[in-house]
Amino acid sequence: MARIYLDHNATTPVAPEVAASMDRAVRELWGNASSVHHFGQQAKAAVDNARSHVAALLGAEASEIVFTASGTESDNFAIRGAAEALEPTGRRHLIASSIEHEAVLRTLAALAKRGWRVTLLPVDPSGIVSPEVLECAITDDTALVSVMHANNEIGTVQPLAALAQIAKAHGALVHTDAVQSAGKIPIDVKALGVDLLSISAHKFYGPKGVGAMWLRKGVRLMPFMTGGRQERNRRAGTENVPGIVGLGVAAQRASATLEEDAVRIGALRDRLEAGVLAGVTGAERNGAATPRVPNTTNISFQRIESESLLIGLDLDGIAVSSGSACSSGTLEPSHVLKAMGLPHMRTLSSIRFSLGTGTTEAEVDRVIAVLPRLVEKLRSLATVGGRR
Amino acid sequence: MKIVVAMSGGVDSSVAAALLAEQGHDVIGVSMQLYDQSEGQASFGTCCTIDDLYDARRVAAAIGIPHYIVNFENRFTEQVVGNFISEYAAGRTPIPCSHCNSDLKFSTLLERALGFGADALATGHYARIDAGPDGAFVLRRGLDMAKDQTYFLFSLTQDQLARAAFPVGHLDKAAVRRHAERLELRVASKPDSQEICFVPDGDYAKFIETAAPELKRPGPLVNQDGEVVGRHEGVHRYTIGQRKGLGLSSREPLYVLEIRSPAAEVVVGPRSALERTALTASSVNWVAGTAPEGWKSVAAQIRHKHAAAAARVRALDEACAELEFEEAQSAITPGQAVVFYDGDVCLGGGWID
Repeated sequence: MARIYLDHNATTPVAPEVAASMDRAVRELWGNASSVHHFGQQAKAAVDNARSHVAALLGAEASEIVFTASGTESDNFAIRGAAEALEPTGRRHLIASSIEHEAVLRTLAALAKRGWRVTLLPVDPSGIVSPEVLECAITDDTALVSVMHANNEIGTVQPLAALAQIAKAHGALVHTDAVQSAGKIPIDVKALGVDLLSISAHKFYGPKGVGAMWLRKGVRLMPFMTGGRQERNRRAGTENVPGIVGLGVAAQRASATLEEDAVRIGALRDRLEAGVLAGVTGAERNGAATPRVPNTTNISFQRIESESLLIGLDLDGIAVSSGSACSSGTLEPSHVLKAMGLPHMRTLSSIRFSLGTGTTEAEVDRVIAVLPRLVEKLRSLATVGGRR
Repeated sequence: MKIVVAMSGGVDSSVAAALLAEQGHDVIGVSMQLYDQSEGQASFGTCCTIDDLYDARRVAAAIGIPHYIVNFENRFTEQVVGNFISEYAAGRTPIPCSHCNSDLKFSTLLERALGFGADALATGHYARIDAGPDGAFVLRRGLDMAKDQTYFLFSLTQDQLARAAFPVGHLDKAAVRRHAERLELRVASKPDSQEICFVPDGDYAKFIETAAPELKRPGPLVNQDGEVVGRHEGVHRYTIGQRKGLGLSSREPLYVLEIRSPAAEVVVGPRSALERTALTASSVNWVAGTAPEGWKSVAAQIRHKHAAAAARVRALDEACAELEFEEAQSAITPGQAVVFYDGDVCLGGGWID
């Protein structure tokens, strides 16, 4: 069965040139990047090269990039590091949007247990945080405002520049989780006006196990990992050279292809969305159509449990995801859709389609063809078990 | 055939899946997640725990079939655990496994399976399905009488049996374990689950008091003459025939004879007073689809481990039946199932009133 992968927001396949660069790094660049000798210098040069590519993708300086092991680590580092660094100033308040990724939400919850006040900003029904809402919530006691650039479930892009401006006016630092926007839409850290930004390699055709944080020159964070002096004392631990090299190539690749990909993938996404909304009765898009990353659409299907649809699609060779079911935890509605104020049933019936560079028109059309039948079948069986 | 197998992570359902795959069927493994297994809750249960789900996943990977975990936590809580608690509150002694089979596995999970395009839902139950002479499906005891689970499957209808499969029903447990070893399934030597899965320590009273503290309603222990002989901490702590935990001293051992939930009264008396010959049952299911005309001779089983005893049964209406044993039976317990057999054929059953 030819399988169709529409779950690029979960992870992406490693691009061939990334895999090739990592293969070479594993074999040839095995030196410790901290070592003085030739072997160390080779590894160090590759790490520095990758740093430049990541900086270029973000419109940043290479010296502002810190490599980490994941987007989650970057989020933790930014938030915990900022909180700890700002503790002596007496600021004890943290703000985030209510639709952040768990990497942010749970980190804030952990800090709340240690005495920080945490405010989660509501979003409007389209999934956008309005600057007015931040203006009301922020105080001169606020240490950090963390608002994601693009949402992982619905793809909406937040008005970061406006939010950052408000935060700045109150002397707060601004972090953004850009894990879902990096590689999909242009990022210019200067234009965004933020201080800290997290990315993850495997969301844009790089490897898993490596991420990066950008921190504006002059911003001081408490180190998250302590030990050796890697990453200018900001993140201890021997560098993951193959991973970093892979991230660098993925960043380079994204910089080169981003605009073209965005147009092509955006057109396919729009085709898919229009086709599904027209072809399936009781289908509704969740979240604003714009501004949104070009590869994501989130659709609820009335009287369907997303879990069933997800499995049914997979058995038909179509890989998607849903925000509402978590196989290793409890069945809870997506916190994102819930925060948007959508009805409970609608939050339990949503499917996320996230396209990528390999997605073709034929694949999109197959999904448009398969969905109406599958949805109708699942709906028709809702009473077959003979429950009395 | 395309078959969904309900995989609990235990040896029976693992072998069921493996045998079907070996026979060349298009097999899809599905495991039901039934409780909150977020952090700190993982020690819950002896079946369908997070470890069991992982076992199921690994078995599925080993035999090369897709595997999905479906979250039935809300349904399980409402339909199985909720019923368990309300039955105890009503002074009855429930069997959640039967409800799990009829209200979850062969209801919601079967619906899902059909939705995924499957022709049947298979489980690791020790039971057999045959096509009878008239084309109707016949439910038979598992070949391994010691493991037979038809007592928990009496409520299956013809529609459900038409889409059910029990691949290990014709095997004994030892043979199932041998298959597991032959197929190198990592669960080959995994112990059988024992207690009710959501009460792993077997302390039902504590479970109910935690889940529904309002049921902790003290009341009197009375004898057959209505005289108060002691106190108790709530009717949910008792079942018919129970001897332990009464806190009474008397010349002859005392047993729980009756539980009067509205008055929170527990009646105690001598063992001889536990014996009954007749009972009525409700929510009766006749596997064949129709009730027999008049009295029918059967062997009736009133507990999972009860040796079916000679009796006659007749339908009172669509949902109720009355049954008379040839010889008196001890501790006929409201809330348990009475299941009717003709030889190894399960004719149906109902809930003891």
